[in-house]
Amino acid sequence: MTRQRGDVVVETRGLCMHFGGVRAVDEVDFTLFDRELRCLIGPNGAGKSTFFKCLTGQLTPTAGDVMIRGQAMTGAEPFEIASLGVGIKTQVPNVFDGLSAEENIWISARRWHDDRRARTLTAETIERLRLGDIRRTQLGRLAHGQRQWVELGMVVAAEPWLVLLDEPAAGMTHEETYRTAELIEEINKTAALIVVEHDMQFIRMISRQVTLFHEGGILMEDTMDAISADKRAREVYLGHRA
Amino acid sequence: MNSSLLRQMRSTFFFALLGVVFMFAAPQVLQLFTIINLTTAIALAVLALSLALIWGYGGILCFGQVAFFGLGAYVYTISAINFGGSTWAVLMAVLVTSAFAAALGYFIFYGRVSDVYLGVITLTVTLIFFSLIRRTSGPEYKIGNALLGGFNGVSSPPINLPWDSGSFLFPEHVFYVAMAVLILCYVFVGWLVNTKFGRVCVAIRENELRAELLGYDTRLYKLGIFTIGAGIAALGGVLFCNGVGRITPDVFSLYNAALTIIWVIVGGRGTLIGPIGATFALFYLTSALGGQSLLNNNLVLGIILIIFVLLVPKGVAPTVVDWIASRRKKTPRRARRRRGARAEGME
Ligand SMILES: Nc1ncnc2c1ncn2[C@@H]1O[C@H](COP(=O)(O)OP(=O)(O)O)[C@@H](O)[C@H]1O
Ligand SMILES: [Mg+2]
Repeated sequence: MTRQRGDVVVETRGLCMHFGGVRAVDEVDFTLFDRELRCLIGPNGAGKSTFFKCLTGQLTPTAGDVMIRGQAMTGAEPFEIASLGVGIKTQVPNVFDGLSAEENIWISARRWHDDRRARTLTAETIERLRLGDIRRTQLGRLAHGQRQWVELGMVVAAEPWLVLLDEPAAGMTHEETYRTAELIEEINKTAALIVVEHDMQFIRMISRQVTLFHEGGILMEDTMDAISADKRAREVYLGHRA
Repeated sequence: MNSSLLRQMRSTFFFALLGVVFMFAAPQVLQLFTIINLTTAIALAVLALSLALIWGYGGILCFGQVAFFGLGAYVYTISAINFGGSTWAVLMAVLVTSAFAAALGYFIFYGRVSDVYLGVITLTVTLIFFSLIRRTSGPEYKIGNALLGGFNGVSSPPINLPWDSGSFLFPEHVFYVAMAVLILCYVFVGWLVNTKFGRVCVAIRENELRAELLGYDTRLYKLGIFTIGAGIAALGGVLFCNGVGRITPDVFSLYNAALTIIWVIVGGRGTLIGPIGATFALFYLTSALGGQSLLNNNLVLGIILIIFVLLVPKGVAPTVVDWIASRRKKTPRRARRRRGARAEGME
C-alpha cells in the first residue's frame, strides 16, 4: 500500500482520559493527515500531554479510540506504537543518561537496521544535528538543551513517518529553538508531525494548522493567525500568557 | 564478528587469558587443599558473574540469584544420582533452572512488577526453597533414587568424563573444569553485553520508557537476560556442589542471598571482572576470618558493605577505570597548557 498525501494517519474518536474526577482529556475527536504539521497549544493543564500519552501508549484511555493509519491502537503498549514507525519525544527528556550520544542514537537506528546501516545512520544523524563535539560524552553530563537535542536525534535516526513531539523546545536557548524549528520543517518533508508547544514564537515559526486545547477538549482548530484573532482563544490562552 | 566488537572485548580477552594462565599454573604451585577450596570460590564467582550480568547490565536487582544457583545444584545432584552420570545432569540443571526463571520472570516482567517488588519476590522465592527443602528429611521425600535429605542435604556425585560415566574426576581435575567454565562464561557474557541484545539491555537499564518509545519490547529483553543469568547461576551451582561434595538447603539462606549482592556492590556494577575479583577476595577474607574467633564474620562483611556503599559507591573496578581515564585525560591537557604558555612567552 502506498501512502498518499491526504490519508488520515492519526484519528481519535471520543477519546477520554479521566483520573478519578479529573477529566484531563474529554471526548476528543482529532484527525491528522499525512505530511501534516500540527501544533497542539493550550494553557498549562489543558490536557495536551495527557492526550499525547494516550496516542503514544503511555496511558490507556478510559474511553474512546485511537487509530493510527486506520489501525486500532487503543491501549497498545508504547513499543507497539513506536514499532509502527512512529518517532516520539516526551515532555520530560527521556534519554539514556549513562550512555554516549552516539550510543543513544545507535540504539534508535539499530531498532530498524543491521549494525552496519545503523552505524552509518548514526554518523549521518550526528552530522546533521551537529552533535560531533559531544558524540562520545555521557548524556548525563550534558546541558538540558543538548540532551533534548540528542533525543531529537534519536527520533530522526529511526526515520519515522509520523513524529510526536511534546514541548521539543522547552529549556532550549534561542539558537537551539531556531534550529529545532528548522529541523521540524525538515522532518516534515518525509513525515507527519504533532508538536505540543508552549512557546508562541516557536509556534509561529513552524505552524500551519493549530489545535487549541482547553480543559481537556479541543476549543478551536485553525491557523495561528485566526486563533490569535479569536476573542475566546485569546481569553483562554493568549491573554492568559500576556 | 566484526572488528569493533573485538576491540570492545579486548579487556575481556585479557582477563580470560590471565584466567587460563592461572588455571594451568595454580595446580603447580598451590597445595591440593587450596585447589579444592578454590573450586568452591570459582563456583561462587560464576554466581557473581550471573548477577553482574542481570543487575550490572540488565538493571534487574534480583535478591534471589542464589535461588537459581541452589536450584541448579539440586537439579544436577538429583539428576546425576538418577541418570548415573553427570553429562545429562549438567544439561538438566541449566535447562530446568532457566525454565523456572523464565516462568518466574514471565510473571514479573509481563506483569510489569516494579523493581522493589522484583527484589521482594525473588528473595521470597529463595526463602521458600530454603524452608521447603529443609523439611524434606523423611524417606518419603524422594525423587527417583535420590533422597532429598532435609537440612542434611544430598551428597553430589562428582562430574565424570562425558564419554565414560565410570570415570569420576578427582578434585584437582574438577578445578580445571571449574576454571574452564568460569572463563567460558566470562567470555560469553563479555560478548553478550556487546551484542545488540546486550546493548539494548543496557539501554533499558538506563531508561526503560525511552527504550519502549524506540520500539523495543523491554519485557522480552528483561526476560531474556534474566533467564540467561539464571542458567549461568545454575552452572555455578553445579560447580559448587562438586567442589563441596554435597548440597544442603543452607545454600538458599538469607546470608548467601545477601553475600551475592555484596560481591557485585564491592566489585562494581557495570563490569564483569569486578564482581568476580570481589568474590575471590571476600571468599579468602571470610575463610581467613573463619580460623579465628576475635571478629565475627557477619560483622566484618557488614562493615565492608558500609564502607563501600559510603566511600566507593561505584565499586572497585569502575573506580579504577575512572581513575585511569582521568589520568589519561589529564596528561595531554597539562601538556597542552604548557604548550600554550610557551606560545604566549614567544609573543
Ligand atoms: N497521572 C495523573 N493523575 C491525575 N491527574 C493528572 C495526571 N496526569 C495529568 N493530570 C491532570 O490532568 C490535567 C492535564 O494535564 P496535562 O495533560 O499534563 O496538561 P498539559 O500538558 O496541557 O499542561 C491537569 O489538571 C493534570 O493535573
Ligand atoms: Mg504538558
